[in-house]
Amino acid sequence: MGDTLLFDAMIYLSAAVLVVPLAQRLGLGSVLGYLLAGIIIGPFLLGFIGEEGDELLHFAEFGVVMMLFLVGLELEPRLLWRLRTPILGMGGVQVLASTAVIGMIAYFTGFQWNEALAIGMTFALSSTAIVLQTLNEKGLMKSRGGQSSFAVLLFQDIAVIPILALLPLLALGHGGGGEGGDGHGHGGGAMDGLPAYVQTLLTLGSVVFVVLAGRYLVPRLMRIVAATRQRELLTGAALLLVIAVAVLMTLVGLSPALGAFVGGVVLANSHYKHELESDLEPFKGLLLGLFFMAVGASIDFNLVANNPVLVLGLVVALLIVKAGILFAIGKSFGMGLDQNFLFSLGLAQTGEFAFVLLSFIKQEGILPGDSVALLLVVVAISMAATPLLMLFNERVLQPRFGTREKVEQSRPADTIEEQRRVIVAGFGRFGAVVGRFLGANGVRATILDNDSDRVDLLRRMGFEVYYGDATRFDLLESAGAEEAEAIIIGLPTPEQNLMLVEVVKKHFLHLHIVARSFDYMDTYDLMDAGVLHIFRDTLRNGVAAAGETLKLLGFRAYQVDRHAHRFLEHDTNALRSLAAVRQDEGEYADMVRGTVSDLEQQMKSDLGPNTYPRDYGWDSESLVKEFGEA
Amino acid sequence: MPKVLILFAHPALERSRVNQVLIQGVGDIPNVHFHDLYQHYPDFYVDVQHEQELLLMHDIIIWQHPLYWYSVPPLLKQWIDLTLEHGWAYGSKGVYLKGKRVLNVITAGGGHAAYEAGGYNGFTMHDFLRPLEQTAKLCGMEYLPPYLIHGTHRIDQAGAEKARKDYHTFLRALGAGEVDPEELKPLYYANDHRILNPVK
Repeated sequence: MGDTLLFDAMIYLSAAVLVVPLAQRLGLGSVLGYLLAGIIIGPFLLGFIGEEGDELLHFAEFGVVMMLFLVGLELEPRLLWRLRTPILGMGGVQVLASTAVIGMIAYFTGFQWNEALAIGMTFALSSTAIVLQTLNEKGLMKSRGGQSSFAVLLFQDIAVIPILALLPLLALGHGGGGEGGDGHGHGGGAMDGLPAYVQTLLTLGSVVFVVLAGRYLVPRLMRIVAATRQRELLTGAALLLVIAVAVLMTLVGLSPALGAFVGGVVLANSHYKHELESDLEPFKGLLLGLFFMAVGASIDFNLVANNPVLVLGLVVALLIVKAGILFAIGKSFGMGLDQNFLFSLGLAQTGEFAFVLLSFIKQEGILPGDSVALLLVVVAISMAATPLLMLFNERVLQPRFGTREKVEQSRPADTIEEQRRVIVAGFGRFGAVVGRFLGANGVRATILDNDSDRVDLLRRMGFEVYYGDATRFDLLESAGAEEAEAIIIGLPTPEQNLMLVEVVKKHFLHLHIVARSFDYMDTYDLMDAGVLHIFRDTLRNGVAAAGETLKLLGFRAYQVDRHAHRFLEHDTNALRSLAAVRQDEGEYADMVRGTVSDLEQQMKSDLGPNTYPRDYGWDSESLVKEFGEA
Repeated sequence: MPKVLILFAHPALERSRVNQVLIQGVGDIPNVHFHDLYQHYPDFYVDVQHEQELLLMHDIIIWQHPLYWYSVPPLLKQWIDLTLEHGWAYGSKGVYLKGKRVLNVITAGGGHAAYEAGGYNGFTMHDFLRPLEQTAKLCGMEYLPPYLIHGTHRIDQAGAEKARKDYHTFLRALGAGEVDPEELKPLYYANDHRILNPVK
């Protein structure tokens, strides 16, 4: 078993590594690449995946679970509330209208009303995985069409909860499932034989449990784990969180994705949000890739070959009906033609929830197995067609519109993130002062820190502080580095500072970097890395302390102040020339000696009366010499 | 073409609507260099060498500032104290500013009448500017009549825009050599020049 596992992993990864870059090079996007890779290694071409493809699909569905958890994390209940109009308006109309129209069509083509309703609800939903992935990849998330797509997908994700609760009630006389045990366990064992209303109650109860646990239990657990300061343990905890939700949901016969989404929303307010995001992101990416491959592999080409007209006809009809409804919605909500095409063509497919719902429908005995098999093929093909449709939209339709909306301008007023101009990375002794003074000037900063105790404290005091490792690109991205103007770097070690500088220079070149350094050496490193505004930890404080001492010894305060200024200037200049030549150790030693003697020279001259060159204007010596005798 | 250097001194520009408008785009005028002293030396640590180099490179020096207690804001005084060194700006060896022209551009809260002999402020604007006039003379520079924007306490947005338009017209003409400093000398205020007051 171990051998086959590794072998399978090799097959999948090589297919992905070979096909996805090729697809991207051809401008097809990664989603289509994964789908193609799946078709290629699937049972109908190379045959590397056979019967286990179905099982794989359910395993890879976990990628969708993670994605929904992450989607949930992005949506604080407060922001959810602010987006209520597009979500409820567009989303609600879309789900109801599509369910009604598709259900009607099914009813009039000979299905029972309960069967038709189940089909309508299943096919009303679209694919969050494919649509969000494609929109992100094309940078269209912030356009009007992208935002509306997101709103509708979100409503659909929520709508799955009542749909799943409703399906057992549609089972009419067929009784509660009983087939069970097909490996993935949707609607599985725990609730077998219970009456439908008990199942419904249990379903709702488990959702309530996830909400309560997410609110009270998980933050405490995360704090304990974070206190160990073991990175991998935090990643483990994040995975455990999602897996636990998935297992619980499976036990009560609910889609794990829904539970994960709810869990995500509950945790959206927690300050572990960004940490969870960056921990789960790579897993999500790989699993989603696997999921897309599994979808590609699951397309039953035998079924297609036997009924090509029926299958393709159904797919085309589905796409036309859904796109038509979406287009009408887009139009009535005042969307421009170009955005509306993006919106309606993008969401025309049926989503991954359909796999869940259809197998549930089969278990509940609402529809017979052969109908479900046919519908599954339609779902898979409609999903695979989406990247092609988007490509068609991008290449053929969009160039026809002269007034293509710019992504930046089309950002609606109620967007998700609040504008923050400054990111403060590291809220230790240095960052705390920085953050306070910025705040005193009305500049609100996004604060990143990975000391969980301090994060807790600051949070209680009303600061906007997030827990996480600031040197990670994804964390910076979710903290809004794209929109911010400056980043203040004051992490606990020189190495971390430098690492963060490199990440910022590479990905967020527009940010002003203001950095705290510790010593001469790391100051040089920061200079080499191109940081213009460097503040050495102890320099100013040391000068101030010496100045205070000088005053205690009887020096005039303003003289001390001017000399301190000069001293700092001198120090900076010396540092600059040193940074340029320090590669050569011999020269470096000379320069250090030179600096010291230079400084000594200057400081000695500072001690004499009226010899401070920069305020020669206050010197009367030459005046006395010229005019004194007169 | 004469080169114009504006030494601008305002300690709280963020609170001065009129000055904000006045200096908008002033650095884009050909041959005019705008130098914001409070922006460069918030700690009063004037870089004397740099300031002297700037002076050498220009022919007409403008001290632009609000009138505070009948005088210049403190940083401009600090600038004068430190930059105009004996042996450089004046004295037997201080020859570097000889022949340059200098004038004040002043925003004043009170109106013209408040600065007339026996008016609210007791003395004329020229009386208050005597120390600067003598400073210029000691350095061998020609002191030209001041350019005044009076009544800034009551000026409205349209008034500020008008003041900006006039000021920039004046600067553009100075930089283009269209205003002969000799013509300014007999005027009461520099803004009485015909370029801003075309004959009807």
